[in-house]
Amino acid sequence: MKILVAVKRVIDYNVKVRVKPDQSDVDLANVKMALNPFCEIAVEEAVRLKEAGTADEVVVVSIGPKAVQEQLRTALALGADRAIQVETDNMPDSLSAAKILKGVVEKEEPDMVILGKQSIDSDNNQTGQMLGALTGMPQGTFASKVEMNDGFVNVIREIDGGLQTVKLSLPAVVTTDLRLNEPRYASLPNIMKAKRKPLETTTPDELGVEVKRTIKLLKVETPAERSAGVKVADVDELVDKLKNEAKVL
Amino acid sequence: MSILVVAEHDNNAVDPSTLKTLAAAQQIGGDIEVLVAGKGCSTVAENIAKADGVKKVVLADNDAYEHLLAENIADLVADFGKGYSHILAPATTTGKNFMPRVAALLDVAQVSDIISVESDDTFKRPIYAGNAIATVQSEDEIKVITVRATAFDGVAEEGGSGDVESIDAVFNNEKSEFVGEQLAESERPDLTAAEIVISGGRGMQNGENFHLLEDVADKLGAAVGASRAAVDAGFVPNDMQVGQTGKIVAPQLYVAVGISGAIQHLAGMKDSKVIVAINKDEEAPIFQVADYGLVADLFEVLPELNSKL
Repeated sequence: MKILVAVKRVIDYNVKVRVKPDQSDVDLANVKMALNPFCEIAVEEAVRLKEAGTADEVVVVSIGPKAVQEQLRTALALGADRAIQVETDNMPDSLSAAKILKGVVEKEEPDMVILGKQSIDSDNNQTGQMLGALTGMPQGTFASKVEMNDGFVNVIREIDGGLQTVKLSLPAVVTTDLRLNEPRYASLPNIMKAKRKPLETTTPDELGVEVKRTIKLLKVETPAERSAGVKVADVDELVDKLKNEAKVL
Repeated sequence: MSILVVAEHDNNAVDPSTLKTLAAAQQIGGDIEVLVAGKGCSTVAENIAKADGVKKVVLADNDAYEHLLAENIADLVADFGKGYSHILAPATTTGKNFMPRVAALLDVAQVSDIISVESDDTFKRPIYAGNAIATVQSEDEIKVITVRATAFDGVAEEGGSGDVESIDAVFNNEKSEFVGEQLAESERPDLTAAEIVISGGRGMQNGENFHLLEDVADKLGAAVGASRAAVDAGFVPNDMQVGQTGKIVAPQLYVAVGISGAIQHLAGMKDSKVIVAINKDEEAPIFQVADYGLVADLFEVLPELNSKL
């Protein structure tokens, strides 16, 4: 079977973002960028399915300007077979991204699409579900375990009260939670090899998708800062402060 | 304007997040109707009809909706929700699962996890793990929104007098089915609704040591949470995780024990009223947000704290 994995270029998760002085957005100039951690887990899962003999081909796709090729190469170094860049000037919103991915799905006809459950920049948690709706595929979101069966996939999902298992017919969409797996590091030989793997470029136009944005970003602010409080010397002082000063006990 | 709120429930009781979503709906302004979909959930419908501000409750009671499978619920909500100006659901794992599907079926964008209502089309929501707050305006005809429950005070459970009306629309996809679930049993209050939360991190060293936290939690009537490090190390189950990718809490008192305070953890608890940090590393970032910090070994502090409460 063929697996399509969608990956996104985002700010590195360790970076503390700064809001631009004019409050138009966060400042991403000269900031370290990386593969979204949830997308890394998605690539790892697909590669493991290939290593287990379940999948024959892993195709990675990313949407955005030329810079996203860097993250596609990372995914190739982790074990994906080939990559597709859908070139856009900016990062489209989730609905447009889902429409673009639908275009790629129609062309590639994968048996499973794996995405991260959310990107750590916009924190939307939407694209996988939207892709499911647009393609009519069932969805296994927030997956912490994926078990392949003949023509089906069982997905163990992380839900508020614990875990839930759903059985989906293929093709299906799966979005990854952090506990699905631990992504490997790309070795230097694999990074070198990844440079020779095929990377194809297309556009939303070629896929017949119109990119629009109906949600306007009016302002971005720094959240109210919490300032450091006081250090207490011992447990007695802590209990006293909580009872008499903060009055929360 | 008419607003549809999709209720979160377990077929027996209304989840508190629904009352908070109703509060967000009231701030948008307009007639508020609630959709209760599930199996054998007429009590849920009758109860939510009494909540303040609810004009009407629509009950879709069918086998197909028992486990709130996203495929079935999304088809139902998208079909039924066409006539509304806003469709809201709590940003729980259930709401996060089906709402984007609803939005895509209606061909509109979704506004996730709003923390305030500025006007009927403008909302605030956190981005970048809560390190920035975005004000966004939706130009879509139907606004599909999920609501961060901790950012709103729930409406009163009594005082309303909505009518309950049943609909028989059945959407049952053949592509997904519920197999089973493992729910964590706990006597303690629900993490997202608790007044006091005590969380442990990697510093707890193992799962057994969490009983030290649980003892204190029981004295305070608190819920017990955890950092990702504690969950990944297998100390505790994942549904206890507080953070960007876990649960968002905003209790009156949050006690972080043996938690360093990574950006991703802070995203889940920094709106708590009072934060206490207990950590032996004086340089731990958690002290930068803690109202009260105690630099000490948690294995000495927790038993002492327990005996003094």
